[in-house]
Amino acid sequence: MMNSDFWRAFARNKGAVLGLVILIAIVVLAAFASVLFPGDPWEMATAPFQPPLSDDALLGSDMLGRDIASGIAHGARVSLLIGLTSTAAALAIGVTLGALAGFHGGKVDDAIMRFTELFQTIPNFVLAVVLVAIFTPSLTTIVLAIAIVSWPPLARLARAEFLSLRTREFVQAAITTGQSNSTIILRQILPNSLSPIIVSASLMVATAILLESSLSFLGLGDPNAMSWGYMIGAARTVIRQAWWMSVFPGLAIVLTVLALNLVGEGLNDALNPKLARSRG
Amino acid sequence: MSQFNVMRTPVETAAMNTPLLDVRGLSIALPPGADRPLAVDNLTFTLNADEILCVVGESGSGKSMTAHAMMGLLPAPHVRVSGGSLLFKGKDVLTMPEAEQRSLRGGRIAMVFQEPMTALNPLMRVGRQIGESLREHTDLPAPARRARVVELLAQVGLPNPAELAEAYPFRLSGGQRQRVMIAMALACQPDILIADEPTTALDVTTQKQILDLIRSIQAERHMGMMFITHDFGVVAEIAHRVAVMRHGKLVEYGAASDVLNRPQHPYTRQLIASVPHYIEHRDDHAKAGAPLLVADKVRKVFHVGGGLFKKSKEVVAGDDLSLTIHPGETVGLVGESGSGKSTLGRSIVGLIKPDSGRILFEGTDLLALDRKGFRPYRRAVQMVFQDPYASLNPRHRVGDIVAQGPVAFGEDRTRALARARELLAMVGLDGSAADRFPHEFSGGQRQRIGIARALAMEPKLLVADEPVSALDVSVQGQVLDLLDDIRRRLNLAMLFITHDLRVAAQVCDTIAVMRRGKIVELGTAREVFTHPRDAYTRSLLDAIPGKAWHIPDDLQKVPAGAH
Repeated sequence: MMNSDFWRAFARNKGAVLGLVILIAIVVLAAFASVLFPGDPWEMATAPFQPPLSDDALLGSDMLGRDIASGIAHGARVSLLIGLTSTAAALAIGVTLGALAGFHGGKVDDAIMRFTELFQTIPNFVLAVVLVAIFTPSLTTIVLAIAIVSWPPLARLARAEFLSLRTREFVQAAITTGQSNSTIILRQILPNSLSPIIVSASLMVATAILLESSLSFLGLGDPNAMSWGYMIGAARTVIRQAWWMSVFPGLAIVLTVLALNLVGEGLNDALNPKLARSRG
Repeated sequence: MSQFNVMRTPVETAAMNTPLLDVRGLSIALPPGADRPLAVDNLTFTLNADEILCVVGESGSGKSMTAHAMMGLLPAPHVRVSGGSLLFKGKDVLTMPEAEQRSLRGGRIAMVFQEPMTALNPLMRVGRQIGESLREHTDLPAPARRARVVELLAQVGLPNPAELAEAYPFRLSGGQRQRVMIAMALACQPDILIADEPTTALDVTTQKQILDLIRSIQAERHMGMMFITHDFGVVAEIAHRVAVMRHGKLVEYGAASDVLNRPQHPYTRQLIASVPHYIEHRDDHAKAGAPLLVADKVRKVFHVGGGLFKKSKEVVAGDDLSLTIHPGETVGLVGESGSGKSTLGRSIVGLIKPDSGRILFEGTDLLALDRKGFRPYRRAVQMVFQDPYASLNPRHRVGDIVAQGPVAFGEDRTRALARARELLAMVGLDGSAADRFPHEFSGGQRQRIGIARALAMEPKLLVADEPVSALDVSVQGQVLDLLDDIRRRLNLAMLFITHDLRVAAQVCDTIAVMRRGKIVELGTAREVFTHPRDAYTRSLLDAIPGKAWHIPDDLQKVPAGAH
């Protein structure tokens, strides 16, 4: 019953459909990066400083003669990988803690929320920089650092949902019929609290991609992985002579983040039945 | 009609020749895809000066839509008037220019809403809110407006009107807020007052006060009043004439005494028959054997507010609560909101842990048990919840909802699902119900599902917390009958929590009346109804709307034992 309604509501938002199309294109680009651009994106492919639409570099080449188009395609892999895995990790931490805090309330709630506030008082980006710097940059540490700085809003959201759902009568009915706490959390409350969590998670993927780009821009990216942020960072010194080196990776980031935000908004419309109904 | 006119003085009769409000063939269209094309279908009635017309119907009957059309509150463009006219003193309101309509609304026609809390702006002082319509519709200077506001507040029976005008709505009780709403509606001395279920959200004693107020104000000012309600008790209390609506159509229309005592249309008869009332012939319950449940001096205090440096406020929800329930007995727990009746019910099913006292189930003190020790008793004591829309998980299939309990106690899933189907059939639902989701069912059907879920645990005691208060009257009757039938068949004991003495009277053997966390009277239903000992019980009985009205004999409920 869920699926057809869901797609109808989602498709009503034209922006969301556009976002989904862009996103699928980016995923396809990332998936076929090694077919479209065989070889290492770090290798010199042509002469340095080739402008866009040159013979062997569609989007031009950088100061070491690396193909920008190849960099963008391979960078899409890193960006999407980091965006998705760090969000998944943040979800795991945030929803677990938020669910426990909201379900149990009282002292457990107090303890978990103070712990959450500890993270919220430190500026996200600074903490991420510090974490990556301490643990030496690699894909794993970057994913972990992003997850560690982005779970608190998810925890607060999950907690709020659990707090309000916990007092609902169907949850009390589950208690009176002797269901265990884990059953109640996982089967009764969680499915009902997923909609807002999915929406904010989809937006969080975009934030994670931006964070990763910022880290790479500062030179804190994985030195073995080509990434959009690294490309912009490397090209910033020659931006007046060779605009294409930073503009194309920048566009890739903008498109990806925009697409994710559009999709997030569409999910919100589709998953939030009140809004969806008022549109119809 | 003619019989009604005889009751009037000649002057008033003359004024009635042109009715105050003349509704002719009014139709209101719903957007495509709604459950029916017309919310209101070819509705014709009149409202005269100095009379109360009660418009009666269940939810979805179009009674509120009619009032909203008059006040220009229809959610345009989805819902709009598609035909007919609304004549106010001979002029069609619907074709008037917008400005003229506005001066009519709030000026000549005023409205009182159902929910006094949401109808008042929470951030605006009460006095200013009443003054608004004076500023809009009169040219009184500010000091005169203020004086008038205080005068109005005094007229609706509020104490310290001058002080109260400066209060914010949250400081007032529900009854006081509704009085403020009435004062606001009266501000410009309207010719017509529309009241949309103004007492439904109130406690029964407050309801009586508000009804008395409305009646006296209406008589004093000779207003025409359209009173929308679903409760025939209220109709019997105040109506001069009655219009019964169903699915947007007028099914019966006439003088109150005719409709109440000689209802013609089957639907009216059905509505009147489902008005809950005391069954005089109900036998006292024979208390056989040891009690199933004994509550002994149960006390629960809630701590409200407070923080690190602030002491919290104590609210005593239950104090010294003692009662016994025997096997097969139905005990009613009656009280107004905040009396602590739900606290006791929830303590018994283990949703709340009382601070002191004992709850003995077949001799075992449930409160002394830890989580693990309590678990076996979960099966024996089950609960039916109040809100059928909130008590079923919207993401689970009905069959699963019913089977979840037994599965949690280790029953095989396939067997539990098969049993769930049997139970659903037992509560009067189709076998296919098990594969559907809760949102596909009506309120009454959902409550049946809730009952099936409780029965799946094979309980000995059923705690029903206001199980019918969210339902329409006719559905209410069916669910009460079902509960009664099941209780009898399975020899279940039941604790029936309700705010409505009429409902308690219909289903309970024993009644405990609660007030402010204490049980003030405990006795058989017969004793409590015929010889109430406590003053509060007497005031509750006295506040039952329409108590002077004798439901026509052929529509009286047959005592359950005489089936």
